[in-house]
Amino acid sequence: MASSSAAGAGSTDPTAARRNTKRPKYSKFTQQELPACKPILTPRAVISAFLLVSVVFVPIGVAALIASRKVVEIVYRYESKCIPSNVTDRVAYIQSSADKTCRISLDVTKHMKSPIYVYYQLDNFYQNHRRYVKSRSDEQLRDRSEEGSTSACKPEDTANGKPIVPCGLIAWSLFNDTYSFFRGNKNLTVNKKGISWKSDREHKFGKDVFPKNFQNSSIRGGASLNESIPLSEQEDLIVWMRTAALPTFRKLYGKIEVDLNEGDTINVTLQNNYNTYSFSGRKKLVLSTTSWLGGKNDFLGIAYLTVGGLCFFLALAFTIVYFVKPRQLGDPSYLSWNRNPGGH
Amino acid sequence: MMDPKTPCDSSSNFDSFMFNSLSRRSGISTQSRSSVRNNSIREVSFGHSVSKPVRYGSKGADSEALSTSQKEISDEDARLIYVDDPERTNEKFEFAGNSIRTAKYSIITFLPRNLFEQFHRVAYVYFLVIAVLNQLPQLAVFGRGVSILPLAFVLLVTAVKDAYEDWRRHNSDKIENNRLALVLVNGQFQEKKWKDVRVGEVIKISANETIPCDIVLLSTSDPTGVAYVQTINLDGESNLKSRYAKQETKSKLVEKERLNGLIKCEKPNRNIYGFHGNMEVDGKRLSLGSSNIVLRGCELKNTNWALGVSVYCGCETKAMLNSSGAPSKRSLLETRMNSEIIMLSFFLVALCTVSSVCAAVWLKRHKDELNLLPYYRKLDVSKGEEDSYEYYGWGLEILFTFLMAVIVYQVMIPISLYISMELVRVGQAYFMIGDSRMYDKATNSRFQCRALNINEDLGQIKYVFSDKTGTLTENKMEFQCASILGFDYSSAIESLENEQVEYSVQADGKIFKLKMMVKVNKELLQLSRSAFANKEGKQIYDFFLALAACNTIVPLLVDTSDPMVKLIDYQGESPDEQALTYAAAAYGFMLIERTSGHIVIDIHGERQRFDVLGLHEFDSDRKRMSVILGYNNNSVKIFVKGADTSILSVIDKSLNADILQATETHLHLYSSVGLRTLVVGMRDLNVSEFEQWHSAFEAASTALFGRAAMLRKVACNVENNLCILGATAIEDKLQQGVPESIESLRTAGIKVWVLTGDKQETAISIGYSSKLLTSNMTQIIINTNNRESCKRHLQDALVIAGNQMSVPGVSHNSEGSSDAVSTPLALVIDGTSLVYILDSELEEELFDLASRCSVVLCSRVAPLQKAGIVALVKNRTDDMTLAIGDGANDVSMIQMADVGVGISGQEGRQAVMASDFAMGQFRLLVPLLLIHGHWNYQRLGYMIIYNFYRNAIFVLVLFWYVLFTAFTLTTAINEWSSMLYSIIYTALPTIVVGILDKDLSKRTLLKNPQLYRAGLRNEAYNKKLFWLAMADTLWQSIAVFFAPLIAYWGTTVDVASIGDLWTLSVVILVNLHLAMDIIRWSWIIHAVIWGSIVATFICVVIIDAIPAFPGYWAIFHAAGTGVFWICLLGIVIAALLPRFVVKYIYQYYFPSDIQISREAEKYGNSRDNGGGQIEMLPVSDAPPR
Repeated sequence: MASSSAAGAGSTDPTAARRNTKRPKYSKFTQQELPACKPILTPRAVISAFLLVSVVFVPIGVAALIASRKVVEIVYRYESKCIPSNVTDRVAYIQSSADKTCRISLDVTKHMKSPIYVYYQLDNFYQNHRRYVKSRSDEQLRDRSEEGSTSACKPEDTANGKPIVPCGLIAWSLFNDTYSFFRGNKNLTVNKKGISWKSDREHKFGKDVFPKNFQNSSIRGGASLNESIPLSEQEDLIVWMRTAALPTFRKLYGKIEVDLNEGDTINVTLQNNYNTYSFSGRKKLVLSTTSWLGGKNDFLGIAYLTVGGLCFFLALAFTIVYFVKPRQLGDPSYLSWNRNPGGH
Repeated sequence: MMDPKTPCDSSSNFDSFMFNSLSRRSGISTQSRSSVRNNSIREVSFGHSVSKPVRYGSKGADSEALSTSQKEISDEDARLIYVDDPERTNEKFEFAGNSIRTAKYSIITFLPRNLFEQFHRVAYVYFLVIAVLNQLPQLAVFGRGVSILPLAFVLLVTAVKDAYEDWRRHNSDKIENNRLALVLVNGQFQEKKWKDVRVGEVIKISANETIPCDIVLLSTSDPTGVAYVQTINLDGESNLKSRYAKQETKSKLVEKERLNGLIKCEKPNRNIYGFHGNMEVDGKRLSLGSSNIVLRGCELKNTNWALGVSVYCGCETKAMLNSSGAPSKRSLLETRMNSEIIMLSFFLVALCTVSSVCAAVWLKRHKDELNLLPYYRKLDVSKGEEDSYEYYGWGLEILFTFLMAVIVYQVMIPISLYISMELVRVGQAYFMIGDSRMYDKATNSRFQCRALNINEDLGQIKYVFSDKTGTLTENKMEFQCASILGFDYSSAIESLENEQVEYSVQADGKIFKLKMMVKVNKELLQLSRSAFANKEGKQIYDFFLALAACNTIVPLLVDTSDPMVKLIDYQGESPDEQALTYAAAAYGFMLIERTSGHIVIDIHGERQRFDVLGLHEFDSDRKRMSVILGYNNNSVKIFVKGADTSILSVIDKSLNADILQATETHLHLYSSVGLRTLVVGMRDLNVSEFEQWHSAFEAASTALFGRAAMLRKVACNVENNLCILGATAIEDKLQQGVPESIESLRTAGIKVWVLTGDKQETAISIGYSSKLLTSNMTQIIINTNNRESCKRHLQDALVIAGNQMSVPGVSHNSEGSSDAVSTPLALVIDGTSLVYILDSELEEELFDLASRCSVVLCSRVAPLQKAGIVALVKNRTDDMTLAIGDGANDVSMIQMADVGVGISGQEGRQAVMASDFAMGQFRLLVPLLLIHGHWNYQRLGYMIIYNFYRNAIFVLVLFWYVLFTAFTLTTAINEWSSMLYSIIYTALPTIVVGILDKDLSKRTLLKNPQLYRAGLRNEAYNKKLFWLAMADTLWQSIAVFFAPLIAYWGTTVDVASIGDLWTLSVVILVNLHLAMDIIRWSWIIHAVIWGSIVATFICVVIIDAIPAFPGYWAIFHAAGTGVFWICLLGIVIAALLPRFVVKYIYQYYFPSDIQISREAEKYGNSRDNGGGQIEMLPVSDAPPR
């Protein structure tokens, strides 16, 4: 108690005192004094940052725009054109077993360098619908022995008491329009190999899993599968089963591996089988070249140019304002208690 | 020996201070220990307080005083203990055994019990409800495992922490239970494990042993039956306290003859300062009080052995009953946060409603198509007949959509924020405790953070209520002046002649030295040594004899390295008494020995023995204590010491009128320089007086009921017609750095109120010396003793205050006097006036007045009034209050205030036990508030808003996607990613930044206390910031979501790829958003920010490398395209652009004080910022006018 004033008699061994001290150990960490960099938004830094962004963004934007413009794309919407004009009930027509062959011709307006990708595009088709995306069985697709694990596939899990392979709504609704292309009279071969992801072929779809009992239920959803070909080689199915993120999507149909010249006319014979009429979905056939940025889409280029331009403008504006109304950094006269000494 | 009782009880005479006080307003529980301290100066009387039972036996709580002490303990309320007969004792009722169990769980009960306790928290219940909802097959948005993950994670973390703590408790229980005690079995003492000790057994305790259970003392090695105990484990006080065996039992030898006694005492309760019971021995009935019981956990000191019978064992002991935590407080920020949480709940409901309404509209529109819609296919034909698959009708579908939306958007309510906040507070506490600036060298005590949920409140304190003694002052008393016979012997004035004398006495070939050095006045020393022939000499003799005898100090002899030299250490509860005893010893009146029956005083080398015939302890009604000494020549004298008012009223005014007058002058002089004064008087008792007193005293001290009142009456009867001996003045030195600290706090905009039990003059003088009061202040003194004049005074004062305020050009909102141009006001008010004001309609006026004053000094306030004043402010404003104190009398105030700070000082540890934060000295309050409070507030305020933003942006991204999935709540972001989002992807940076980032250096914050006002202005967390953050969130979520949407519209992109892009861009965005606001980039911050982003990439890659998920390998395909990276870069820049621009404009053109100081720190002239050791004391610049 009286230790501090007990100078003489009460004094203790200084080393002992040091040993017993509870003084926290000093380290830069515990004292929160680690060396640190303290960036401050100075006008110079901010203006340089804006300039930097515009310098980076504008060229990228230009490059993206050029790339997008270079892409040649032929889009042909055919779902209504391929219905004979005398048909009134389109749904009944598409569900009937009538011959649904349809011939269209496409004009190549610009030289198209190979490979030319053939896509079908569906609009207003919600492949991302909750009921739909869940209705699949990845185990079954991968592993022959898991044939029976179809619990996630309802209502397309079993038919006639036996499990369906591949089960589920996604597989059931497999797209079944087919296209064949002719330039003049000459057939243009469409390469349908390698249109799906290699990773899917090798790991998600089994080499020893064969379609079974597929499209055998009373309602037919889409394409049938050749039961002698393993799933890993059913590339249309693999492509289809990579469900699209957005309600308007394209799926790769195949590749044309010859150049198409300006002025060519491509005749397409297509089998219009797929029922999008019940929900007024659109079907389009797309032929497109590709660039480093993918397909034709000006958005990214425009967005980059906008952001880059905006940053340049901001840099300019801040520079002007900085020269008109500068403030010395850290000037204590701006402190609130120095500004109005009357108290506040 | 005339007194059959043990008339000296230095033990805590303080009445009830119950830890878990009952209702404070009931006025019974929180009286303080010190309010009955043998030291008059701190004493106050307070009108509404209950009279306290004082003296030997029934020192029960006041509540008991009111109830049980007035009547016999009824049989059903009593516990019957047959001494040395545990079988019979435990026959009828099995009393608890002595094994204790502080551990909460056993291996079997751990799981259910821990879960049960964890689910007391709303956050976990929310998690659970969401997880349970998700288990319903109709609502299964996420996989089973995934939805449980976040809940399981937090439960696991908490459970592991609890299990570890409990394991440690188990171990300490085991050690505790297996300690050995000597127990009387069949007439012999045998060693028994503590856990086997039973109620009714007789236990023998040797010196320095710990008491195994609560025992009633039977006998001790001391012939008078006294035993000294140290209660450091119980209440932290290191002073020795004396406990007594009853006269009737102290001479019994329990080994030889069986003691046939029956103890009847109250049921176990948690009042450690009260015990009530009686014992029947040999047909005689003895009453037992708190001075007869020794509690578990105490240590026996200075006594060879003690025998006692156990009355409460194990979990029924008072120590165990008291081992519960303080009530928890909620921080202001958290309370404010609630309104924003409610706002977020509205957002959540709105999002869910939009989702479900849209879903309903969609269903209605496609009603006819649903059967065959390829992506809906309501028709189920697998069973043969037509059925509808998972369609529950329109209404239920909407309901399910709504509930699913709640599950998907659950993180909108940032439940993880609560957990992060707790972690952050733990981290902040770690640094507060570890700060070497918060360490007090004098008491060798670290800062303690006892409450972990109000760290940030330290940054918003507006009112500081401070105790004086021990808080502002050191509570190390130094004897300064004496006034004897009207002569002033001031050591302070004649400082040149003073020297510190090491006084020593030789006796029996040994040298006795005082443990403490005392300054002495040479003249007085000379006089005290002179013969006692003349009247003056006699007076001086009596004066010092009174100082040496009239106290409850126990002298302890301490061995030193030199076997011939013994140190005398005066142990006692009152520092004033210690100072006086040391002073008397220095002047040659050395107290050598004290037993209950006599004292031995060495008077200038000559040992004299006096019989202590009676001792009237201090109580707060009389405000004095007295001792009746029997001299060798059979003369009897009474010596009285006490507060000036109390003694002067019982002085025989006809004697020595001039001396009286001179003494009064001196008293005034002393108290005006801030000294604590006591007056000493004495009187000879003639034989008849003595006889009369003795029989009355006997009767009173053996009385079973109302003993305290009777004893008080006896004391009052004898303490009169005194002859004045003189007065003493003790200096209570200001603690180091107090004036500077107060100045700093005031500059910071904090109002400092001092509440003290001292006299008004002392309070004012301390006020001046601590710079609380300055000469340019207008003092308003309210010092009345009835309600009417009180009211009048208040109204007059308000008028004065009003005039002051209406001086033109002066802001009405005076924040701290230092800024005000007009003369600041100081309100000085005393406890008596407060009695009339508090709890009446005058409260409002007092508050009005007090809030206009820059200083408020309350003197003579009782502990309960302290709490009342705190409540006065707390209930009328939203401002945060902080109470700081060191003694038990401050406990009520500490508990009442929003933040309670205890000083671990001289007055025990009760204040510390009740406090939220504890530290060594008052001046540490400055770094606590100005540095740590400021940091904690800034950090946590930012963290809350950031967490709102972080969760809301994620939910919005999910929500936007739902609009493109036919409103079916599909998430593009992988379900694992969405669960890991708040656990791995973004959790660590906000926690680490919440702990480590600091806006300004310690030095700057101390130099400019004004920066503290940022917290008072709610700068780091307010509605405006919230809405700005929400607007920013909206824009950022739009940028994140729609850029990829448009870029990928009509392409072959699959759900998983675009989901990965969204995941990565959200995570990078929120981390960069945080990075933009970080002020100090140390390597740790770098590590967590960039580490989180890298960890996210790794997690996304891992998730996409599992073939079982539909999104297998998506990230590798996506990352191989240019669009992906261009989107990512564009999103991050575009999303952060508005915030960056706004931030820059604000910082550069509308800079806050913090911003300017930060710039000054970096670019200011190097002279100011020059490194080197930062001085320990806060030096505040004079505020610029």
